[in-house]
Amino acid sequence: MGEVFTLLFKSKRFIMGLILFCTLLTFGLLGPAFTGIDPFKSLGGLFDAPSAQAWLGTDNLGRDVFTQLMYGTRTSLLIGLIAGTIATLLGVTIGSFAGYRGGLIDETLMGMTNIFITIPSIVILILLSVAVNIRSAPAMGLIIGVTGWPWTARAVRAQASSLRTREHIDVARITGMGTFEMIVREVLPYMFSYIFMAFILQLSSAILNEATLSMLGLGPNQTVSLGIMLQWALLWEAVRTGAWWAFLPPVFFLTVISFSLMLMNSGMDEVFNPRLRKS
Amino acid sequence: MLDNSNKRKSKRDTILDIRNLTKVFGAGKHATVAVDNVSFSVGRGEIISLLGESGSGKTTTARMLLKLMQPTSGTILFNGRDITSTQGRKEAKEYWTHVQAVFQDPFSSFNSFYSVRTFLTNAFRLLPTEPSDSEKENMIQECMRNVGLNADELLSKRPHELSGGQRQRIMIARVLLINPEILIADEPTSMIDASSRAGILNILLGLREKLGMTILFITHDIGLAYYTSDRLFIMSEGRIVEQGTADEVITNPRDEYTKRLMNDVPVLERQWEI
Amino acid sequence: MNKLLIAQNLKAYYRLVGGQEIKAVDGVSLDLRENEVLGIAGESGCGKSSLASILGLTYTPPLYVHGGEMLVGDENVFTMNKEYLRKNVRGTYISVVPQGAMNALNPTQKISSFVVDVIREHYPEISKADAIQRARERLQALGLPERVLSLYPHQLSGGMKQRVIIVISTLLNPKVLICDEPTSALDVSSQKVVIRLLMTLLREEIIRSIVFITHELPLLRHFADRIAIMYAGKLAEIGPMDQVIFDPVHPYTSALMGSMLTAEVGTKEKQVQGIPGVPPDLKNPPVGCRFSPRCQYAIDKCKTQQPNPETVGDRTTWCWITQTSEKASGIPS
Repeated sequence: MGEVFTLLFKSKRFIMGLILFCTLLTFGLLGPAFTGIDPFKSLGGLFDAPSAQAWLGTDNLGRDVFTQLMYGTRTSLLIGLIAGTIATLLGVTIGSFAGYRGGLIDETLMGMTNIFITIPSIVILILLSVAVNIRSAPAMGLIIGVTGWPWTARAVRAQASSLRTREHIDVARITGMGTFEMIVREVLPYMFSYIFMAFILQLSSAILNEATLSMLGLGPNQTVSLGIMLQWALLWEAVRTGAWWAFLPPVFFLTVISFSLMLMNSGMDEVFNPRLRKS
Repeated sequence: MLDNSNKRKSKRDTILDIRNLTKVFGAGKHATVAVDNVSFSVGRGEIISLLGESGSGKTTTARMLLKLMQPTSGTILFNGRDITSTQGRKEAKEYWTHVQAVFQDPFSSFNSFYSVRTFLTNAFRLLPTEPSDSEKENMIQECMRNVGLNADELLSKRPHELSGGQRQRIMIARVLLINPEILIADEPTSMIDASSRAGILNILLGLREKLGMTILFITHDIGLAYYTSDRLFIMSEGRIVEQGTADEVITNPRDEYTKRLMNDVPVLERQWEI
Repeated sequence: MNKLLIAQNLKAYYRLVGGQEIKAVDGVSLDLRENEVLGIAGESGCGKSSLASILGLTYTPPLYVHGGEMLVGDENVFTMNKEYLRKNVRGTYISVVPQGAMNALNPTQKISSFVVDVIREHYPEISKADAIQRARERLQALGLPERVLSLYPHQLSGGMKQRVIIVISTLLNPKVLICDEPTSALDVSSQKVVIRLLMTLLREEIIRSIVFITHELPLLRHFADRIAIMYAGKLAEIGPMDQVIFDPVHPYTSALMGSMLTAEVGTKEKQVQGIPGVPPDLKNPPVGCRFSPRCQYAIDKCKTQQPNPETVGDRTTWCWITQTSEKASGIPS
């Protein structure tokens, strides 16, 4: 296992992605500690251009965009993390159980998964958000997580299904090992890299889903997130008035977060799938 | 089915009795009969081989005997007791204390994340009473010794640090820890080099000599089957086409398929005419 | 007698990431004579497949030729220019059926397109129809069904696939055919049929010699003229088939024959012995004889000096203790 990590840290793509992501993470986590500015208090006029007091200008209510960006990144990342973890856990559990057991259990679970996949997730997200009338960051994370697992479940199920035919599974079975222990001891360790990669992708898609929901007005109350910044910019016609500082920064950050995670994933793919490595 | 050995059915009592064992995969038009109404019996302490090419049904039969697969129909009697349909995990665990296996691929038979020690210690969970820690340690040391391996050197190693021959020996050590009455060896040396093969086979044969274990070899290697076994069962397309003592089947085959097999296998004594 | 190929002190290594090298073939000298079957036998890791790819000129990085010569006619193949090799040697003079070839057929294309690929690689001016016609005639002449040309690989049995590959690999009548474990994945009856085909090709002079790589020595007993035993990148002995199999000189060959289990009377009583230990690490092979760490007869000289070849009659052996000048008594043969 140790050798894998050393290889990972030699991959340029992984390192670059990791550095980018960590930079934004630090910005979001530590930034608020250094600034005294309250993102919800107005300190200037509506849509003021960037100046010395407000590095990225002000938004529709005169609040500092730069500070919002810091708090917004933190919230978005938090929601993404909660959602990503829930989605990965759900996906791995359902997928590995279906793949390992096969037969009727597999067909039932995969049938369920396929139903979820065919319905556009945005529809489910909107419906759930409206039905569950709690507007907090953790609640959002939960909702997004609970709709994000099907892709992971399918991929994990395929892996588990092929691992099931290996002989060490047979040996463990005739030693009397039960299903749960089998999956945890004999199947999951072989999928570790796969699961790790799936988590990174879930994280990325969850953050983007949060942005989408927030832009539609289903975002968390009392907090600022990257998506909520976009919602404000949309509602208050920042584009038409030329206040680029109100919507370009959050867009830029969302792009960079996504990109950095994809980069990490690409680097991991190279390491975990040696066939892709250049000889 | 040609059987030369009925008269010579030994004073050995029957430990395994297989009757009309059948396995069908798929259904309707696409149904494949992998094992077709197979019946045979094995005496306690006997060494037999299920000999056949790939697709003959020998591996499927073995998996059913190991309760890794449910038969479509038929009966398996172990020590006179019908064990075909025992489904519960407790009964299956009890069965596995009596019947164990060594598999073909020494590379994928091991979980590459665990050490040899963890692998062997895992076997203790099958025993009806769990031994104390010091007893476990003694048993592991002794079993490693019995398969010709240095415990101190190898116990902390992980599978990828060992050779194929060493891994198969550890497989056998695991079997020794459980001490079953029957061992099913599925192509135990086909992925091992010729020079390491003999050592492993001799250990397996020693299990009968020293512990009275009944051994079923599943193989396509006629030479191996002949060397190790008292009786041979030739399988083709899911059926047993011939059975008898090893000498009878090799030197005086009666079935057409067996005759062709014995004619085509390369031996040193007689050269092919080509 | 005419020698089709002469390898002198061939060395071929694998260059690994990090600078280390695996000395897969380390000083192999042998010759291939016209109208003979030369068997090269050894266990896994001995270098026989690497040797096959060098002799057949199909080697690719990280395997490279480190030293030695390979003579065709009087010219060293390794000094010929690439274009000449591609046109006149690879595929036309020497043809290779690599290990696992039958599983490498394109499953989405009929056999006939494989034929066209092979022929047009060397003779691009031949039309598709002519190429297929040539294959058809050859199949007919060898008693194989023509209809295989219009079939897909999955429609053929293992034995038939392998035979088809052999026929197509010899359409251009190469002088030398190198087969790497052509029958390992086949059942005994298919195996015999494939070998029968090879012998027919030789008898009809469609090809002029065969190099047959295998780990199954008893198989070579039936059709090889000479056998070379390979161990850890070097040859242990090379000589006529009946001498190597029934009267081996090198301790490794004796031990290897002693561990063979054949389906015949006498095997049950045989004291089957293995060889303790494992083959050496080819990144750092032992000084001296490669087999000496596992050899029960090894003397001090074996551990420090590489054995020189000694030729008695038509057999050459690389072993100190069997050399006539060092003959030790009591070595069972």
